[in-house]
Amino acid sequence: MSAPAASSPHRELGLTDPEFELICEQLGRQPNRVELAMFSLLWSEHCAYKHSRKLLRRLPTEGERVVMGPGENAGAVDVGGGYAVAFKVESHNHPSAVEPFEGAATGVGGILRDVFALGARPIAILDSLRFGELGSVRSRHLLDGAVRGIGHYGNSIGVPTVGGEIYFEAPYEHNCLVNAMCVGLARQGDMVRAAAAGVGNAVVLIGASTGRDGIGGASVLASAELGEGDEAKRPTVQIGDPFEESKLLECCLEMLERGLLVSLQDLGAAGLTSSAGEMASAGGVGIDVDVTRVPLREADMEPFEIMVSESQERMLAVVEPERVPEVLAVCEKWQTGAAEVGAVTDSGRVRVLRGAETVGDVPVGALVDGCPLYDLAPTEPEGWIYGNEEVLAERVASAAGPGANPSDPAAILLALLASPSVASKRWAFEQYDSVVGSRTARRPESADAAVLAIPEAGGAIAVSIDGNGRRVACDPYAGTVEAVLECAQNLACAGAEPLGLTNCLNFGNPEKPAPAWQLDRAVAGLADACEALGVPVVGGNVSLYNEGPEGPIYPTPVVAMVGELPDPGGAAPSGFAGEGDAIAMLGPFAPSLPGSELSKLRGELDIGLPGPEVGAVAAACATVREAVRAGVLASAHDVSDGGLACALAEAAIGGGIGCRVDVQPLRDRGCSPEETLFGEGSGGFVVSGEREGLESLADDGIAVLVLGEVGGEAIEIAAGEGSVELPLAEAERAWRSLHALVESV
Amino acid sequence: MRWGVLQFPGSCDERDALHACGLSGEARLVWHEERDLGGVDAVVIPGGFSYGDYLRAGAIARFSPAMEAVAELAADGGPVLGICNGFQVLCEAGLLPGALLLNDELRFVCRQVELVDDAGERLSIPVKHGEGRYWAPQTMLDEIEAQGQVAFRYAPGQNPNGSARDIAGVRNEAGNVLGLMPHPEHAVDPLTGSTDGLRVFEAIAAARV
Repeated sequence: MSAPAASSPHRELGLTDPEFELICEQLGRQPNRVELAMFSLLWSEHCAYKHSRKLLRRLPTEGERVVMGPGENAGAVDVGGGYAVAFKVESHNHPSAVEPFEGAATGVGGILRDVFALGARPIAILDSLRFGELGSVRSRHLLDGAVRGIGHYGNSIGVPTVGGEIYFEAPYEHNCLVNAMCVGLARQGDMVRAAAAGVGNAVVLIGASTGRDGIGGASVLASAELGEGDEAKRPTVQIGDPFEESKLLECCLEMLERGLLVSLQDLGAAGLTSSAGEMASAGGVGIDVDVTRVPLREADMEPFEIMVSESQERMLAVVEPERVPEVLAVCEKWQTGAAEVGAVTDSGRVRVLRGAETVGDVPVGALVDGCPLYDLAPTEPEGWIYGNEEVLAERVASAAGPGANPSDPAAILLALLASPSVASKRWAFEQYDSVVGSRTARRPESADAAVLAIPEAGGAIAVSIDGNGRRVACDPYAGTVEAVLECAQNLACAGAEPLGLTNCLNFGNPEKPAPAWQLDRAVAGLADACEALGVPVVGGNVSLYNEGPEGPIYPTPVVAMVGELPDPGGAAPSGFAGEGDAIAMLGPFAPSLPGSELSKLRGELDIGLPGPEVGAVAAACATVREAVRAGVLASAHDVSDGGLACALAEAAIGGGIGCRVDVQPLRDRGCSPEETLFGEGSGGFVVSGEREGLESLADDGIAVLVLGEVGGEAIEIAAGEGSVELPLAEAERAWRSLHALVESV
Repeated sequence: MRWGVLQFPGSCDERDALHACGLSGEARLVWHEERDLGGVDAVVIPGGFSYGDYLRAGAIARFSPAMEAVAELAADGGPVLGICNGFQVLCEAGLLPGALLLNDELRFVCRQVELVDDAGERLSIPVKHGEGRYWAPQTMLDEIEAQGQVAFRYAPGQNPNGSARDIAGVRNEAGNVLGLMPHPEHAVDPLTGSTDGLRVFEAIAAARV
């Protein structure tokens, strides 16, 4: 075979020369334009996981309660009563970096379809967002657009957005992260898998018509670094219509409830090509698609465009021929489009027809599983590869007044509370409907995890999504373990026991040594933490090539956990509840400054974290969970960003009541006043309740340090020479400053 | 008391409204294409984005067959409750005075707010909307105030959207058609926030039964 020309079409579509040669070998000829387009999409990083699949084999995926694991549209766990909860997180980073409103909106739309494709009704959305520092006009634009986009889609479709997180860090300046999560509820008997079956069955395309939007989204946009000329990629971003999706959702759930479908799959990245290919692959069959039967927005679309269009709000169903009229009738009722576009065959091939003419013909195995999987070539970088900037003095002046001393702990606390990553995210979550569906027992910021009532199964679930990229950058292994532990700690505060975990791994270019090393170490940490906690990984998503001109993003594994609790009303609030309650620090918390918010503000970030004691943190989680369920704790809040002082302030602001504590018992663990106040690390809970009740928790062998009591109108923390006394109103003003910061021009 | 809850393509809160109505009577969904309400005593037009709210919130739904039946029920003195998008639909249909415009901050807002009803009682009920700023010409505002048509106001300092004179809900002259932006169906269970919304449904049921 002759060497491909320098400007060859396959390179423009993101395929390497060896990959192109492999395709030729598997076809026994050169692919035509349709086939090349199909391969370029399904062999993209986004669809084929070619740099991550080998690593992901390390993750524990088995568990008693797992109903569906990795490989399905979403993972699902048994919640009792014949019901399952399905959940998944997916990234829509690059589309959002190019066009934040539509990028984020269609991110939500896509994750909703993944969940209702299983036959689960979506009951909650969460999101995990990362932007550059808010001083940048670009970051404010991306934040504003992404939050509006998430709200637009979720609010319009009637699924509550119940939780999430937002961090602001310079390495996300060019390449923001938008990870959306959907949680759904299904009767186990109504759930379907995405495998095509039954030769001769009809293949029906349901939902919106197919246009030229999103062509090449998965390859050109999602599987390459961002850089110059991204504006030109705007047409690769899809446009969402939540009304179409709302009808599609109700239509699909009605068809599944009536047992009309053999299988169902959403059309996401790579459109018809991936859904047809993956359904055929899972079922060990072939599929014929006639592009002349696909309802189009523009009459002159080429077959390759039809096959790879990422037009939103579409699903592909396999239907027994005699059921087709009923399927079309349900679609008619919901005023959603439907067309029989093909059939299941025994050919083992995806054939693309234009009427009687065959315009593409590829083996399913080559298309879906034939992409070579690559080993990473990881090399640990020699030091801190990201920037550092001292901003503490400026932040202290802004939060505590121009005369404030940047080494005064009260002034530092104000600066930390006002730091956008720590501050209240009310500005964002008030733009989301958090109550529709009547399940939301704990609204955003009222508890450490979102709590949703599941009366069908006689209980409730708690959901949390976490991932501090800065700490993962300091130590990819320990930072990822911490992310998993924080998620577990948040569930424990709600009284929930983890059932399963899903994740979205957002990393830089895996072909470069440092991001490859970060990815390798992070997956090892994820695997070990899940193993230690006994929580199965039921699904995941990988987003690579997250880089801008200045280099890679912070490595950002976002983990989300679903847990169960018996009583939705029993979840502890984060905020203090009653005057005179004792306050204790519970768990093996060993605060330190590396990787902390304070180190960041001082411009002192560097590699290395102490690393958590996973077993001890897991034991503390169990104690907190049982104490919440037993009603021993009036409040429970985990210590995370900004350390113990911020956790105490948040509990005080949340409860609208002050606190008086002396952190000497924690200093006895060998911490300086500053480490005690602002150091970070896993395994710390700020809990309140009756003193005897709190002390009795030590019977489990868990460290319980009573630090003081709830009361007054100030946050008073005695820490030797580094004491803090701050009026509650002043702390609250700093913590609620995000609104003014975002809306300022 | 038999409640009918309209369901349009794009409705969001119809199941929540169905549940809330069920606490003070029987309740069923009424599909938007039904011209016959099937003998229900009262109708709830729920929140959401009927027909996608293309053009303008509520502008398309007012032409639906079910809304023709609702107009007849209202003309006969039957109770009609429009919540959020339902309020917008009733204004578009001319069954209630005024209009709902984009929030003054131009953002969707979801928040628990305090309301005051015309008897001076306080209610804690969530709002969640992007187009909830009540507006009417000054003369019409004077008129509806004089005729006791303002059913709910946002408590002082609680107006989330810039509504004229803090108006959160209005009724028609006859008093049988009520529209409000806050969501009483999301305030019927202490677990999910408050039970003050029950009073709205119970008042309608009590007036009828």
